Amino acid sequence: MGTFILRRILQMIPVILGATFLIYWMVFNLGDPTVGRCGERPCPDAYVAKMRAEYNLDDPLPVQYAKYMGKVVQGDLGTSFNGNDVAEELGNRWPTTVKLALIAIAVEAVIGIAAGVIAGIRRGKFIDSLVFVSTLVIISIPSFVLGSVAQMIFGLRLNWFPVTATAGTWQQLLLPGLVLGALSTAYVARLTRNSLVENLRADYVRTGKAKGLSRQRVVGVHALRNSMIPVITFIGADLGALMGGAIVTERIFNVQGIGGYIFHAINTKDGTAVVGTVTLLVLVFLVMNLLVDLLYGALDPRISHD
Amino acid sequence: MTEPLADAQISAEPPTPEHTDKPRSLGSDAWATLRKRPTFWVSAALIFIMIVMAAFPSLFTFFSPHPELSYSELAKARQPPSSEAWFGYDNQGRDVYTRTIHGARSSILVGLLTTLAVLLFGSLIGIISGFYGKWVDAVLSRVGEIFFAIPLLLGGILVLYTFPSDYRTPYLLVVGKVVLAIGILGWPRIARIMRSTVLQVKPNDYVQAARALGASPGRIVRSHILPNAFAPVVVVATIDLGAYIATEATLSFLGIGLQPPTVSWGIAISEASGIGFLRAAPHMLLFPSVFLSLTVLAFIMLGDAIQDAFDPKSR
Repeated sequence: MGTFILRRILQMIPVILGATFLIYWMVFNLGDPTVGRCGERPCPDAYVAKMRAEYNLDDPLPVQYAKYMGKVVQGDLGTSFNGNDVAEELGNRWPTTVKLALIAIAVEAVIGIAAGVIAGIRRGKFIDSLVFVSTLVIISIPSFVLGSVAQMIFGLRLNWFPVTATAGTWQQLLLPGLVLGALSTAYVARLTRNSLVENLRADYVRTGKAKGLSRQRVVGVHALRNSMIPVITFIGADLGALMGGAIVTERIFNVQGIGGYIFHAINTKDGTAVVGTVTLLVLVFLVMNLLVDLLYGALDPRISHD
Repeated sequence: MTEPLADAQISAEPPTPEHTDKPRSLGSDAWATLRKRPTFWVSAALIFIMIVMAAFPSLFTFFSPHPELSYSELAKARQPPSSEAWFGYDNQGRDVYTRTIHGARSSILVGLLTTLAVLLFGSLIGIISGFYGKWVDAVLSRVGEIFFAIPLLLGGILVLYTFPSDYRTPYLLVVGKVVLAIGILGWPRIARIMRSTVLQVKPNDYVQAARALGASPGRIVRSHILPNAFAPVVVVATIDLGAYIATEATLSFLGIGLQPPTVSWGIAISEASGIGFLRAAPHMLLFPSVFLSLTVLAFIMLGDAIQDAFDPKSR
């Protein structure tokens, strides 16, 4: 197990370095690094000179990148157009986004797994088709449409939920969380259903039935436990992806989290904030994937550990 | 040696009765399964309609989507659907039906061009790394992992923010940038499939025989590798096409994808989704959303149907 963890971490390092280098190279060298750093007008020469110095843009590319990453690792994401420290801004906002993501994860874990298990057990019956069709519909509706429609129906017309979630309390974040988790809920339901159906066909299930175990025990304990392995890893990896999806959800419901910050920064053409924050989210995503990979190795003994 | 290619061609048309006694290939088998499935015909019909709409919008509407041609009347702003304007009017008094019809072009174009780019580039990289193996494969696979690791939406935001478009940018350039932003992160999926097909096919006797007879790598790729990779690549490409269209709409919704005066579903939904408009004119949101969702749904359903048809376990 120790070598497995070590190997995975070592494999991850070039990917993280490569991805951040790619982003850095594209934003600071391929494109014009001053684009959108001064709002809706071109940057004054003094600003361009200051920026070139600040980001060491006259050094050779690898040195520039190393210095930039050094700053990012120390938590320095630069200063945004209006003079705020990006890292500090994110520090104030992350609890809201994590709350939102946790609600979304809870939704997909509870509703997604329940729907998938019911569909899997009653394979080919009406309820299976119902789950199939509803997941298909949810997958095909982009989240910004779902968000706007949910806001209109549940917030404005029915008044079941607050229309916006500016304060970021759990109660306000419930509807945005449902919307954010909807797509993944559909995927979790399909994954659970297919994985369960496959496991119910396995030899050990037949053995269990043959030796007289109750159906509940065979399905509920043996088959279900094995079916959950891919589902748990999907949900884990999704936590990173939800951070990206939160941009849309937070924009619609005016949530003051990281996603809302990115949207605001895009709209006010605040380049430092956009690049810094998105790079950070990519890093979070990569680290989550690494953790999930390790978890997968721990859960499924068939994954080779040498 | 050209048999697998011939099979792929047969799969494009229904087998004639005299063929049914012969042993059928995977391709014709899959076609036989496919044409019995209603979801295949429904999604194929939807895609056909959307493509016709994208190519010839004037078949469906008399108006042009651009306001200088006088179909925009501010007095009619936000009027609900009526017999005169089926989908109602938007905030500028423009006909929502016209803009929805004309919006198909950008979405379909972005979806098709991205898929095409990803297919060409991904296949090339996958075939090269599968064929030459060794360090070429190691390098290309690591590079692919890096691109694969960046989430589509976040990467798209970065690319489009670095290379922004505004209302002065020519139409094709705006579309090209969105295609680039999405395609640059999409190719490793195709490359992986291609690479694994090459690795599966290469050790087979018939490929070794072809090589011994002096067949060039190009010929081996054309007559052995492409036919074997056909089914999985088509499935992934079809499902991804739907996802690309949804991503384009999301990027346009965030304000960095396509830019007005380009007409697109994403832009229309973005304009319609302010809370004030949701209350005052929900039809502005409804119609472009329905068209967008139907298109995405059609591609996902088609991909699903093809996948089932080619999967021997599902029979």
